[in-house]
Amino acid sequence: MKSYESFIFEKSTPGRKAYSLEKKAFKTVTLDAELLRSDAPKLPEVYELDVLRHFTNMSMKNYGIETGMYPLGSCTMKYNPKIHQDIAAMPAFSGVHPYQETGVDGLLEIYDHLQTYLSEISGMHQFTLNSYAGAHGELVGLMVMKRWHDAHQTGKTKVLVPDAAHGTNPASAIVAGFSVVELKSNHDGTVDLDDFYAKLDDEVAGIMLTNPNTLGVFERNILEISQAIHDKGGLLYYDGANLNPLLGMVRPGDMGFDIMHINLHKTFSTPHGGGGPGSGPVGVRKDLAQFLPKPVIEKTADGYAINRDKPGTIGQISQFYGNFGVYIKAYAFILTNGEHLKDIARYAVLNANYVKESLKDVYELPTTVACKHEFVFNGLKDKSDHVTTLDVAKRLLDYGVHPPTIYFPLLYKEALMIEPVETESKQTIDGFIEIMRTVAKEAKESPELVKTAPHTTIVRRLDEATAARHPVLTYDAHLKP
Amino acid sequence: MKAPNTLMYQESHEWVKIDGNIATIGITDYAQDSLGDVVYVELPEVGDETTKDINFGTVESVKAASDLMSPVNGTVIEVNEAIDDEPESINEDPYTHWMIKVELKEAPDLSELLDADAYLRFCEENDA
Repeated sequence: MKSYESFIFEKSTPGRKAYSLEKKAFKTVTLDAELLRSDAPKLPEVYELDVLRHFTNMSMKNYGIETGMYPLGSCTMKYNPKIHQDIAAMPAFSGVHPYQETGVDGLLEIYDHLQTYLSEISGMHQFTLNSYAGAHGELVGLMVMKRWHDAHQTGKTKVLVPDAAHGTNPASAIVAGFSVVELKSNHDGTVDLDDFYAKLDDEVAGIMLTNPNTLGVFERNILEISQAIHDKGGLLYYDGANLNPLLGMVRPGDMGFDIMHINLHKTFSTPHGGGGPGSGPVGVRKDLAQFLPKPVIEKTADGYAINRDKPGTIGQISQFYGNFGVYIKAYAFILTNGEHLKDIARYAVLNANYVKESLKDVYELPTTVACKHEFVFNGLKDKSDHVTTLDVAKRLLDYGVHPPTIYFPLLYKEALMIEPVETESKQTIDGFIEIMRTVAKEAKESPELVKTAPHTTIVRRLDEATAARHPVLTYDAHLKP
Repeated sequence: MKAPNTLMYQESHEWVKIDGNIATIGITDYAQDSLGDVVYVELPEVGDETTKDINFGTVESVKAASDLMSPVNGTVIEVNEAIDDEPESINEDPYTHWMIKVELKEAPDLSELLDADAYLRFCEENDA
């Protein structure tokens, strides 16, 4: 009787209703004829239990960190402790109106402390919390870079972006008013220095990097790169998507980065994906702080104040001050972990290397270096049966595992990007390894089984190509007559 | 992997056929195979300029979006509109389904283009 296949409209039965109103509690009014609709609205006619079962069953089709392992490379899908969400939901925080500016010193203090902690953790001078997400942070960061070049009248227009970068990097640079020059990567995803020096001319305004890079490999030449960019009068932007394995170990500021964003919803354990919203605070070195967006939260002699008068700013980039609920969770995360933030980096790196080493005899590992928090296989080692990364990902669904990121980065044809994160136990990780080995074995012994997966899910393999070529974007609610 | 002898090729996996002062441009069999199912092709408009080694459009598949790089300098005189409705035609036959025709500004510089044999060798090395 459990059903998800039908829409609630299809469960409609004429005349059925889910409410009862006391007639005498309402006055009868007569509306002008032109205000009346000619047809009844097409709402599903269902009663309470229909509604309850429909949505409960649908919710059980969800997959999230709370249902199973989520080794989605590049996304850092770690556990979000419930206590942080309880704290964020406390009325003292959730009940404050965004326009309320008195009696909120305690909240402003949290902004101030969080900015200070993020600066200390990353080696930046100052942070703004106004940006709503990672890509929003990138845009703000690149606008700051642009403003700095304009202020110094450098006339520089080009931003270097590695070919393996997240797609948002070049997009942010373009929107901020730069042109993008693509940098070649080495086989391990690090910057190809020959190509870097060939493209580093007087028009280069900056470079966007993430370290460790998209293949999870630490950029060993980062000090040389930052020196070379600075010598040319450019700036370095750090994409904080891969900050998790560096927590308490290395600071982007010390590597020479001038501007960066942090994905609080990755590294600092605030929910993302369907649980959102995201948050992408932007940090800068001292002489760039004047350009950060307004308003700013400032400490005053007798408390805190919201300063909207900020000469030099790139302007206001969000209606209020970012996603406050997310800041409470990130702040709580930093306070509860304290000096153990370092352990996050250690375990994230250990887990990734453990999975990598445990599977490299059956999945193709193109690099031999130790990885940081994630790594990328180039599909199955034995490709003779033409079982692809997509097939492997689909088969994992049958085993109740969220598949890793696939076909990104584009450096390898059959990219399968795994990030186990630090919050999974050894037992869970061993279970994942076992499933990955089983799928590899099936790919050899019964390739058709894998090529036609998934078999146990509510829908079978979807035709992504037709869905993208001929999308049907509307649903016509067909009520039963 | 097919690569007709009558065409010239770029390492960025576009083919070009020069006929007088008209260049016809498309993507190769290797390109469509690597991309997987093509779902959308963004092409320039008639009258737009193309510049050698600068992108003139984008091809998007279920796996990735990839720039289309122009092998020549010129002006777009014809765009294969049929691809818009049937992007799958690129997967079915990438050599029949050309993308744009360009009127050349000057005699094109063909020195960096590969012939079919050299291109196939390049693809093989790329896979190794």
